[in-house]
Amino acid sequence: MKEKRFWLRTVILAIMLAAIGYTIYSNVFVEKKAIQVGDSAPDFVLTDLNGNKIQLSDYRGKGVFLNFWGTWCKPCEKEMPHINSQYNVYKNEGVEVIAVNVGEAKVTVQTFVDRFQLTFPVVIDQQDQVMNAYDINPLPTTFLIDKDGKIVDIITGTMTEEDVKKYMERIKP
Amino acid sequence: MEQVKCECGHVNPIGTVLCEACGKPLEEVPALLDMRYEGSARRSQTYNKTIIDKIWNFFSSVKVGVWLIVITLVASAIGTIYPQQMYIPPTVSPAEYYEQQYGLLGKWYYALGFHDLYSSWWYMLLIALIGVSLVICSLDRVVPLYRALNNQRVTRNEQFLQRQRLFSRAKVKHDETAFRNVVDKLTKRGYRVREENGNILAEKGRFSRWGPYVNHIGLIIFLIGAMLRFVPGMYVDESMWIREGEIKEIPGTNGKYFLENKKFIFEVYEKEKEKEAFQAAIDRVGSGMMAKNYQTDVVLYERVGPVVAGEEPKLKKIKSFSIRVNEPLKHDHYALYQVDFKLDELKSMSFHFTDKETNKSFGTITVDLIQPEKEYDLGNGYKVQLLSYFPDFYFDENGNPNTRSKVPNNPAFVFKMFAPDRPKGEVSFTAIRQTIEPLGNNKYKMAFANIETRNVSALTVRRDFTLWILGVGGAIFMIGLIQGMYWNHRRVWIRRMNDEVLVAAHTNKNWFGLKKELEGIFKDTPFVMPIDQADKRS
Amino acid sequence: MVQLSSTLLYVAFVLYLVATLFFGGAIRVKKKEGVDRWATIGIFVTIVGFIAQLGYFITRWIAAGHAPVSNLFEFTTFFGMMIVGAFIVIYFIYKTSLLGLFTLPIAILVIAYASMFPREISPLIPALQSHWLHIHVITAAAGEAILAISFAAGLIYLIRVVDQSKPSKRTFWLEFVLFFLISTLGFVIVTTSFRVAGYEATFEWIDKNGKQDEMVYHMPALVGPHEGVLKTEERMKPLVDMPAIINARKLNTVIWSLFSGLALYGLLRLLLRKRIAAALQPLVKNVNLDLVDEIGYRSVAIGFPVFTLGALIFAMIWAQIAWTRFWGWDPKEVWALITWLFYAAFLHLRLSKGWHGERSAWLAVIGFAIIMFNLVAVNLVIAGLHSYAGS
Repeated sequence: MKEKRFWLRTVILAIMLAAIGYTIYSNVFVEKKAIQVGDSAPDFVLTDLNGNKIQLSDYRGKGVFLNFWGTWCKPCEKEMPHINSQYNVYKNEGVEVIAVNVGEAKVTVQTFVDRFQLTFPVVIDQQDQVMNAYDINPLPTTFLIDKDGKIVDIITGTMTEEDVKKYMERIKP
Repeated sequence: MEQVKCECGHVNPIGTVLCEACGKPLEEVPALLDMRYEGSARRSQTYNKTIIDKIWNFFSSVKVGVWLIVITLVASAIGTIYPQQMYIPPTVSPAEYYEQQYGLLGKWYYALGFHDLYSSWWYMLLIALIGVSLVICSLDRVVPLYRALNNQRVTRNEQFLQRQRLFSRAKVKHDETAFRNVVDKLTKRGYRVREENGNILAEKGRFSRWGPYVNHIGLIIFLIGAMLRFVPGMYVDESMWIREGEIKEIPGTNGKYFLENKKFIFEVYEKEKEKEAFQAAIDRVGSGMMAKNYQTDVVLYERVGPVVAGEEPKLKKIKSFSIRVNEPLKHDHYALYQVDFKLDELKSMSFHFTDKETNKSFGTITVDLIQPEKEYDLGNGYKVQLLSYFPDFYFDENGNPNTRSKVPNNPAFVFKMFAPDRPKGEVSFTAIRQTIEPLGNNKYKMAFANIETRNVSALTVRRDFTLWILGVGGAIFMIGLIQGMYWNHRRVWIRRMNDEVLVAAHTNKNWFGLKKELEGIFKDTPFVMPIDQADKRS
Repeated sequence: MVQLSSTLLYVAFVLYLVATLFFGGAIRVKKKEGVDRWATIGIFVTIVGFIAQLGYFITRWIAAGHAPVSNLFEFTTFFGMMIVGAFIVIYFIYKTSLLGLFTLPIAILVIAYASMFPREISPLIPALQSHWLHIHVITAAAGEAILAISFAAGLIYLIRVVDQSKPSKRTFWLEFVLFFLISTLGFVIVTTSFRVAGYEATFEWIDKNGKQDEMVYHMPALVGPHEGVLKTEERMKPLVDMPAIINARKLNTVIWSLFSGLALYGLLRLLLRKRIAAALQPLVKNVNLDLVDEIGYRSVAIGFPVFTLGALIFAMIWAQIAWTRFWGWDPKEVWALITWLFYAAFLHLRLSKGWHGERSAWLAVIGFAIIMFNLVAVNLVIAGLHSYAGS
């Protein structure tokens, strides 16, 4: 009888502790994002500046360095040349870069691409659909996607050339 | 398990104050009995062995529960001294804001984390501890109370009766008709009457004793609902800005739903248009200063076929609706609310291709400010190329033109104008009220002609699967509250001892009502109306 | 219609005053004589007053097209009416005329306080255009009014039991409560006097964002706005300027109210030559303490569920519809929660810890203070979504 009561109390307390612990932990210490590391990257189709369709699922087997950016965002501007130069190294090792512009005018984007002579595909998310799917905020945000389409890491904030290199190394197939 | 046997033969759990069956005091008790839990053994008080028992007993105390309530109350009040972080302008850093606005106190307020008090871990913990206290307090009391009320006998111990607040003892001759009369009156007033050897227990409203436990269950369900909000997928809270004429994916719907903004309407109260009764009030704040309506006329679409983000969607119209404050658009558990707006955002700008000297125009171009064309051909050898476009133009720290965002708040263009006499083209930087000719004097200019504007509406997207749980919790809470507060548990005992009759009565609240009821019952009978023994004290 | 409405409110106000006098007269009658004529007339006049105020409410509703509970004047007046309504119900249960002598003055003060705010009938802003306005506000006000009866009962209890033969903490706090009631009267008197005199003084001042603005005082400025410059001639210069984050005009009103309250209180003390509570004590000497305690407890027991329904549950439902979320930690919401938590603690202390009698009476007084804080301070001082009600 006493033993039964002890266990009953233990179980009730344990359940409440677990529920409270989970709630407080997930509310205070976890960022509330629709997309998290370990998820498989949502597929998308966008058109690049030359009118070619770029679909993420076509890149299976390669590592994808998926960068979200805008022309007005200074950190984006800073890291673009680094991405470009590392891309030229890693594209031969199976790493692709897709730079998703967050829905600016084509003219504006084209000017930017020309200025930095970017060689990787730049696509424009005109209707915010991809932004919604990846729950983007703030800029820049970079998703490292491995050859199986899994998100390996999510990087927000500006990257140095060293960082870019390190990240591309991680998704090299 | 240790037990206590009463002289009436009933076996009680240890810690019992009043025998569950006959009510005889098993411990030293005051002159008037404390009937709160029927004198039953509260479980927690009787076992105090392991650490688990100790934790359990801690939360089982009402005193602890009240302290938790009081601490939560004080903490909540502190959170209202200055506005919470969510109510300060989003553009400023909170650290600076609180110090700037409220000085040293504001600085401390921020440093102590009070600016975001209600989502702090310790505030949540406080609420959670109240929840724990609710569960344990209820469990610990409801079981013994149930036992005690279920085991009570009709014939009660003499001591139990004479220590009730309402009590009388008198020599009364046995009179069967009078006795039946009392039983009838009790029954008529809703009492369930049990008889045993000429003794009576009349009882009504026992269910009100369960009120507190029912309302606590409701609260616990409510708290569980509040916790579930943090489980992924239970709760969607997004916002979207949508321009008139635009069709956009509704965020948070995983690409399933799209919305078209047909029109945004903003209305104010104008003196001439409102009825006589409102004139004075409108005069005081000023005509046209008070909002009357915020409304977005929308069409809701569902995407047909598989969802691939970015792909041009095939849409099926679901419904047209006018979203207003207090009238959200609801569909498939989603709700879209009117929350904000921006009037007259620039939509397009027109320019005349003009000879600066003669002011002669060679045609007009209209530049869409969201998606401008690369080239505008005016025919006859006149054309304009758009080299650069800055929707929200400013000069950055290096003195270069740049844009602050993709919103056309302050559009600027770099045009290259071609004319038959200028085949290589002239470059002109054109912004609002500003033209720069970086490569020297041009012959032509893009002269501002016209603008077109449109309104932008901000909507909040919500889906909350916890609402029904909260609703059920709230409903059960209210039922329990009403059950416990608007009914009361009344009991009347009549016991014949030799030639005396003992009458006692108890209620958990509203003694005044019980007394009035008893007066009606015992009027014109040989029984003596019980006296309020509490009156003697004061 | 609008004119009729105001007249009816005025009539109700006067009738409540008259009824109070009759309830006062009822005190001298000994208990044994049963229900006496004074009290009967008193309750009759109260009911007529209540009907008149109901008439005000209905005619104003018709004139506006929405229930008159949409600004501070309307809400507070309605709150006063509900206090009278709750008193009438309780009176017919317990037949205590003494309760009238304490409840009606509170209702009168509440209504007088209400009429110090702009009284025009105003159209509704979009957020208020909902039936939930009626449902939520009416239920919440009813709940608070029933809870206010427990304050009146508590006050009677305390005046009866607090030992006035020597000064103590209890006498001090009891006087403190009475002082606040007197200060409300002071506020009404001062505001009305300066309004009748047409006092107006305009200041130019610098707000917290560094912008220049104008502020019009309707009382002589004891404290002036931040870097205020008096623009109206022959008006009193403020003694001291306030920093920009403080609303100097409201603070000035508060100071005037407290000073006038202090003056009135001092005058009363001089005339009575004893504490106010001590002077009131003979009025309540025949009261049945257990009965008063029970009235206090029952009004909490009845009022608490109504308050929960109106001020929390209906409020949440409406907030979900109008503001997209059922709970947003707006100050008014938080203070409703605080009120609720307080009365929950009250009930637990009473039911489980046996806090009856004097302790329970003190708690009832604190509970009412919280309700009034939410009504007055949160509307006027702590700005939030509910501050629509301010002037």
